[in-house]
Amino acid sequence: MKSAVVVFPGSNRERDMVAALEKIGGHRPAVVWHGDHDLPKVDLIVIPGGFSYGDYLRSGAIAAREPIMDAIRREAERGVAVLGVCNGFQILCEAGLLPGVLMRNAGLKFICKEVKLRVETTDSAFTARYDKGAVIRSPVAHGDGNYRADDETLARLKGEDRIAFRYVGNPNGSIDDIAGILSEKRNVLGMMPHPENLIEPLNGGLDGRPLFESLLAA
Amino acid sequence: MKARVTVTLKNGVLDPQGKAIEGALGSLGFAGVASVRQGKVFDIEVAETDAGKAKAELEAMAAKLLANTVIENYRVEIVG
Repeated sequence: MKSAVVVFPGSNRERDMVAALEKIGGHRPAVVWHGDHDLPKVDLIVIPGGFSYGDYLRSGAIAAREPIMDAIRREAERGVAVLGVCNGFQILCEAGLLPGVLMRNAGLKFICKEVKLRVETTDSAFTARYDKGAVIRSPVAHGDGNYRADDETLARLKGEDRIAFRYVGNPNGSIDDIAGILSEKRNVLGMMPHPENLIEPLNGGLDGRPLFESLLAA
Repeated sequence: MKARVTVTLKNGVLDPQGKAIEGALGSLGFAGVASVRQGKVFDIEVAETDAGKAKAELEAMAAKLLANTVIENYRVEIVG
């Protein structure tokens, strides 16, 4: 599986993502700087976590409007898998590749801890290797993880089986406990938790691993 | 030409920051604060001298970047 990790000024989780992709996928991903207009031809594009542009204006807002996002949008339309984790999820929402928005955590505090997630669908290239309904562990680290969408969008997400993960014990006030969602074509996944940080025993668990193994098998 | 763009949360969108400010005002002794909604103000100077054209340009800026129209409304005023 060839992959690319796109880095913006202020991204800071690209190292962990690169390590996870290399350890599980066997290939070192291309690290693409945001100023590059062209993406290498890959099977997976990842936007990692961090604080792109210092979260100025709104989390992900400035990165979402960069030229590299047009290239990512084109690849997503061709069916290439796109994964946005944490700030990556915020960027994908701001760019319109996923619906809705991530607002300030309901409790206003930055949350850095381990949470539990329920795998809500296995019908995607990201979640096929999980068991539907399985409860998995995952770290979160965010201040703006409170997912919001209007009633119509929420009904569509539910009706089309596009909610990939829900929190078991909602940490941030997200509507309907949403932790991760899929695009209409199911090839774009945005999620606040960090599956790349739970991939080997030294991390304290392996619950993030099936996500990468699913992509590898897809 | 100087303009002011005001971005506010749409009605019905939960505003945790506004709620926290509301609580803080109450604890400072300001009784009777019914609600607080936090927004943003951008003071922007543009080269355009035609007020109509400037307003159209600023509306585009607001729609494209300054506001996230999923949750926010915006208002553009030319101030001189």
